[in-house]
Amino acid sequence: MITIALSKGRIFEETLPLLKAAGITPLEDPESSRKLILPTNRADVRLIIVRASDVPTYVQYGAADMGVAGKDVLNEHGGEGLYQPLDLNIAKCRMMVAVRNGFDYESAVKQGARLRVATKYVKTAREHFASKGVHVDLIKLYGSMELAPLVGLSDAIVDLVSSGATLKANDLKAVEEIVQISSRLVVNQASLKLKRETIQPMLDAFAGAVK
Amino acid sequence: MNWLLPEYIQDMLPDEAWRIEGMRRDVLELLRRSGYQLVSPPLLEYAESLLINDSVDMDLRSFKLVDQLSGRTLAVRADITPQVARIDAHLLNRQGLARLCYAGSVLHTQPSGLMRTREPLQIGAELYGHTGIESDLEVQRLMLQALALLGIKGVHLDFGHVAVFRSLMQRAAVPAGLESELFNALQCKDVPTLQTLVTGLPKQTQAAILALPKLYGGVEVIAQARAVLPDYPELKGALDDLAQAAAHLQGAASGIGIDLAELRGYHYHSGMVFAAYHEGSHDAIAVGGRYDDVGKAFGRARPATGFSMDLRQLHGLLAKQTPVKGIHAPYRQDEALDAAIVKLREQGEVVVVDLLGKAEYHSELNCDRELVLRGGKWLVVEMKN
Repeated sequence: MITIALSKGRIFEETLPLLKAAGITPLEDPESSRKLILPTNRADVRLIIVRASDVPTYVQYGAADMGVAGKDVLNEHGGEGLYQPLDLNIAKCRMMVAVRNGFDYESAVKQGARLRVATKYVKTAREHFASKGVHVDLIKLYGSMELAPLVGLSDAIVDLVSSGATLKANDLKAVEEIVQISSRLVVNQASLKLKRETIQPMLDAFAGAVK
Repeated sequence: MNWLLPEYIQDMLPDEAWRIEGMRRDVLELLRRSGYQLVSPPLLEYAESLLINDSVDMDLRSFKLVDQLSGRTLAVRADITPQVARIDAHLLNRQGLARLCYAGSVLHTQPSGLMRTREPLQIGAELYGHTGIESDLEVQRLMLQALALLGIKGVHLDFGHVAVFRSLMQRAAVPAGLESELFNALQCKDVPTLQTLVTGLPKQTQAAILALPKLYGGVEVIAQARAVLPDYPELKGALDDLAQAAAHLQGAASGIGIDLAELRGYHYHSGMVFAAYHEGSHDAIAVGGRYDDVGKAFGRARPATGFSMDLRQLHGLLAKQTPVKGIHAPYRQDEALDAAIVKLREQGEVVVVDLLGKAEYHSELNCDRELVLRGGKWLVVEMKN
């Protein structure tokens, strides 16, 4: 049995064509089904639906043999103990620093004062500002980061930006790109060694279908 | 809350403790009969004796404290291998072979993997003084024998060789910073990151590095590697070693794999590395490899190869066993009873003397038979509930 961990929404939808290339079709739609384990047309393959940020954990523990996780999530997780052989080129966006319109980010950074940064991506933010030589106080939030600068909780945010519409609607502007994000295929190390005969053809099919 | 243990630290309760002790004895007995001598190094040493490979990993993984006698920093061992290397290099001073084995607890500041204890019970064997593949094969075979002896079936043995990557790095004179980034990406088979990292390197090196994460699978990988990797003699020698080891151990493991991107312990290993996998674990269950230069830190570099494993991790793979039940004996001032008890114990039976003598606690004594006095003789009979 091969278990593939996916998260609902964009990653699931954009992974479907890749699964199809490997001859795998889910028998239920996670948006309408309440099931967390979805059977597929192949008796030896099942999908599990987990939160995006939990995908690396499931795969690392071997609870899933492989999964699809955004590079944003993998950077936060650290990625140890996982193989990440393939960039699937899906769910693309950018990790950005954003501030309120009118906030002078350049000079705030230059002064050497501490910057208050709200983010869900604490590790990524810490490493980014450390590499710039900027001291930051990080505020961990779980969502609606855009609000933080507006209500004076932070000076800046670090968040994923795809179209920029949310930033614009909240009077924010992106000032710095940290890294380009897309989704990776992650594989459990022991699974690749012990179930290679089943997994390898899937990897090859995914690689062939990546745009 | 003073009963609470730190995270990833456990007690071993009776059934587990006995079984792990039995496993320890069985493996040590196998090693003893294979000519390995037992050494038992101390729990803690001066930090610099334990952290000899400039390995940041090991440094972070070791608990440290200040020695009140010398003022120096002590570290609790996070790995017994460097201690055994020190014993071989400095204390035994053998010119020929030294075969050493050990079993003991080590401590890790962080669990080495998910669901792993911070106090593994490390057991292993090291063979010093031989450079050829024969010694690698000996320890590999011994590791498989130990796993089989413990009742762990369906072991997949995976080989790698650090000389492949090292040769590519040295021939292209890759700077240390880039080497470590390439190493990290290679450990994750992270092809996209490798592609961005190799851009400044010579074409041949680029192609070879990008081929490595795909060079895994069965023995056919060796032929593929010969076709795509450069023709350096040390690299060819490494592939020859792998081919020979895979051929030799074909029947000894239920699966053999080759993974040229697998560089476990790259910082101190120097030759072939290997790891055993099992479907019950998301992580390797036993690891080993060649580490020829480790003794240099102690003044004498010696060829060395060995393996180690964590008995607590292995215990988790075994099917549950119902512990052997004992014989219940009443407490009585009776020489005949005492003699009967001694005799049964000599035969290997567990005889539990019930000092309390209360029927309601009988089940706690874990017995299925009892000693009773019948016709003036102490007899063993099935115990009634």
